[in-house]
Amino acid sequence: MGYVAVKGGTIAIEESIKKLKYERLKSKKILNVEDIRGGMRGLIDQVMSESSLYSEELAAIAIKQTEGNSEEAVFVLRAYRSTLPRKHYTKIVDTANMSVERRISASFKDIIGGQILGASYDYTHRLIDFDLANETIEEALNWVREFETQDIDKEGNTELGKLPKVVDYLRKEGLIQNCEDDNKQPSDITKKSLEFPSQRSERLQILTRGQTGAVTSLGYAALRAYGSTHPTVGELRVGKLDLYINNPLYSSDDEEEDFYIGDISVTEVESFIPNMVKKKQGKKELEFVIGYGICYGQNETKAIAMSILDHCLETPDDRYPTSNEEFVLYHIDSVESTGFISHLKLPHYVTFQSKLDSVRKTRKEK
Amino acid sequence: METKISYFEKPILKVKNLTKQYGDGCESCLRVDSNVLIKNYCPHCGTVYACKDISFELHKGEILGVVGESGSGKSTMLQCLYFDQEVTDGEAFISSYKNGETNIFKESSQAKRFLKNNVLGKVYQNPILGLKMEFSSIGNIAEKLIAAGSRKVCDMESRGKELLDRVNIPLFRIKEAPKNFSGGMQQRVQIAKALSNNPPILLLDEVTTGLDLSVQANVLDLIKQIQRELGISMLVVSHDLAVIRMLADRTIVMLDGRVIEEGLTDQILEDPQNAYTQELVHSLI
Amino acid sequence: MKISYNFAFFDEGSKREIRRASLKAVAIPGYQVPFASREMPIARGWGTGGLQLTLSLIGREDILKVIDQGSDESVNAINIKKIISKTTGVKLTDETNIATLIQSRHRIPELPLNEAQILVLQVPVPEPLRVVEPSEFITKRLHSEMEYSGAWLMLFEEIMKYGNMATGADHPVYVNDRYVMAPSPIPRFDNPKLNYSKALILFGAGREKKIYAIPPYTKVVSLAFDDYPFEVENFGDKSCKICGARGVYLDEIIDEEKGDTFYQCSDTSFCINRLNKVAIDEGGEA
Repeated sequence: MGYVAVKGGTIAIEESIKKLKYERLKSKKILNVEDIRGGMRGLIDQVMSESSLYSEELAAIAIKQTEGNSEEAVFVLRAYRSTLPRKHYTKIVDTANMSVERRISASFKDIIGGQILGASYDYTHRLIDFDLANETIEEALNWVREFETQDIDKEGNTELGKLPKVVDYLRKEGLIQNCEDDNKQPSDITKKSLEFPSQRSERLQILTRGQTGAVTSLGYAALRAYGSTHPTVGELRVGKLDLYINNPLYSSDDEEEDFYIGDISVTEVESFIPNMVKKKQGKKELEFVIGYGICYGQNETKAIAMSILDHCLETPDDRYPTSNEEFVLYHIDSVESTGFISHLKLPHYVTFQSKLDSVRKTRKEK
Repeated sequence: METKISYFEKPILKVKNLTKQYGDGCESCLRVDSNVLIKNYCPHCGTVYACKDISFELHKGEILGVVGESGSGKSTMLQCLYFDQEVTDGEAFISSYKNGETNIFKESSQAKRFLKNNVLGKVYQNPILGLKMEFSSIGNIAEKLIAAGSRKVCDMESRGKELLDRVNIPLFRIKEAPKNFSGGMQQRVQIAKALSNNPPILLLDEVTTGLDLSVQANVLDLIKQIQRELGISMLVVSHDLAVIRMLADRTIVMLDGRVIEEGLTDQILEDPQNAYTQELVHSLI
Repeated sequence: MKISYNFAFFDEGSKREIRRASLKAVAIPGYQVPFASREMPIARGWGTGGLQLTLSLIGREDILKVIDQGSDESVNAINIKKIISKTTGVKLTDETNIATLIQSRHRIPELPLNEAQILVLQVPVPEPLRVVEPSEFITKRLHSEMEYSGAWLMLFEEIMKYGNMATGADHPVYVNDRYVMAPSPIPRFDNPKLNYSKALILFGAGREKKIYAIPPYTKVVSLAFDDYPFEVENFGDKSCKICGARGVYLDEIIDEEKGDTFYQCSDTSFCINRLNKVAIDEGGEA
């Protein structure tokens, strides 16, 4: 009769996993992935953005699997993303070509193409609609039918796929510096680890996949007291972008040969921030610089906060932690922050024993 | 009185054409004969010439005073010497480092660290810049000793006690952090720290500015005493001519980034040549 | 949408990148090599760095042991074993002496390792100077300039305050007379095992994205002063309640029923082997 290790650990874990599944199923109702895709657009958009993986289908499955826990859903999607081979990079996308569904500017009362309110919670009253508890499928279908067949006023015939950018208006007047197109290959932060000082493309990548709450809070801090950024939203756009890749069969410089692979829905924000510039003769001039934010899906708050933090990191101010790139970029990733905090639940008794020994020793020799 | 300097005795510190500017300069102000500058500022391109062509020598065992109003460039010059800032141009040589033949501004960062740990000491106007406020006073001194290679706690403890005692910090407070000390005490801890590795050169930047007059006198006495006992060569920067008069053997006067007068302190006080120096001396009396 | 994973989870390109970083780490003992750490199905902070190292090195013939706090049965160890096993089918063991690859959190096994073994340690904070200097940009420069006075200063302050060094685990070490390194939160008791180890020791920090290494037969010295030498945890004359071992790292356990404290081996497989050896010696079967 030999001694063997007590195998309690394995059994305990298996039971825990079973209990977790039970929690999801004990109501004896299962969610359909299509239901989630149809009715949880907000959570899907948030999760796609934080996992930096654009797939509404996968996001919906992850949300179903994790019972709507966004921390866990993002985790699952990121882990999956890790296993995917990277076959192509898309061609450069010009957001001026966005098929706009919503487009507003806080900087001007009216803009060319108009302020298009689109679908947004901004104009609703946040009152709980108790009727929703008894919503029937017939009511829903009737409403949709009516909405889809209503007369659309064709007078204001704005071409929604080619709206000019508000920023171009300021550029024409010389209030925003013109800049040359920089088509240098950006570094992919999921392939090469970050080193400081960072490049702007690296910062933007980390900001766009940052945890929504973290990015929002830091943007709020920068705006309220801990930053010197005073932005105005120049333009906020929500809409679809077409994506193209180089022809995979033969190489060609002809744009006509590019392959269309689909479209993605994004939110883009360009914030205008006044900036002092020294010119000749010791004169100082005010001009505008842009803070830039972009996210998968409709994530307006995050995109605006991102544009604020983009500016803070571009124009550091020693007084504020929000312009310290290590402080911001190291702490906004959902998988990293939640992982490290939750690791505190792991056993630490060996390290604790070591500390106990030190503490006891100092007391003894006193 | 003629000061005889032996031909073979190099000055301990020789600074040549030290220049520090903020901004790139333009055709108007970079011309040699340019007179377009308003004080030390070029109105065309906005460049500030904080230090322009500063040259001087510091001899072994002497205290050289550097006096000037705020904005004269004296603190910037000191920052350049201690590598807190990079010079735009110029050279500096220290006789006890590589025989005084190497320009210290062009040395590697490791060499600069060596110089800051062993050859140059600096005391800042604001003690936060010279001390680790969260560490104990004796820890602050140990930091310098460790950087110079010491690995014996009791040696460092006794050297630390010795230094702190010399600057009149009571024994029962050596394990306290300087953040709990008064301004004058913090300056004295700074001085002790700067002296820990017996550097041949000490840089003092407005060390008594902001302190009460009696505390000032206290710190100045201490500096004079240390200088007498250890024979350290010192560069004392101050806008206060009274402080310079008390400490310095020789003085240079700076205005708008340039040296406009130099000589024995007594001579400058009795017989200032430059118009600005005259104003300065006049205001003292 | 069923996906089948590659052997050891990662695609070959990823494994190659991790191995390249590991080779650089072995070439520069104690130096933190940055690497593009991937997200894993296990959370950051739970051993993704160590896991990436193991997965990049493991081959079909390897025999894997995984421990946490010294125990093979700890939740974390089991989780890691599960995912490696699922994606490799490699043989698992609790026996230190037959394992070829050992991944461990916070302990080095009591049984001395040999030249054919590789030990992978999980690291939460790879930067030994982080307490003195929060900025990565600055600490990288400090390492390049060998400016380590901050590390000794921390220990000096503890001696001034408490009369002795008060580090718990993760006491910093000086590797190959060049780099100060964080040995991961192993107890001080295990630090001496790093010195002139016969086995290769690799360190992985997934969240912080760093890999570093101590190649076999490398000089590793725990930071100390000439007159305050490095001391390991002292268990006095205490021994393991189960197997009677002395001179090993012990866990302190409070007896629920009796209310008193007893001690047992932290290294569970070491403890069991001792018991079995005693049983054989006393004429029983294995």
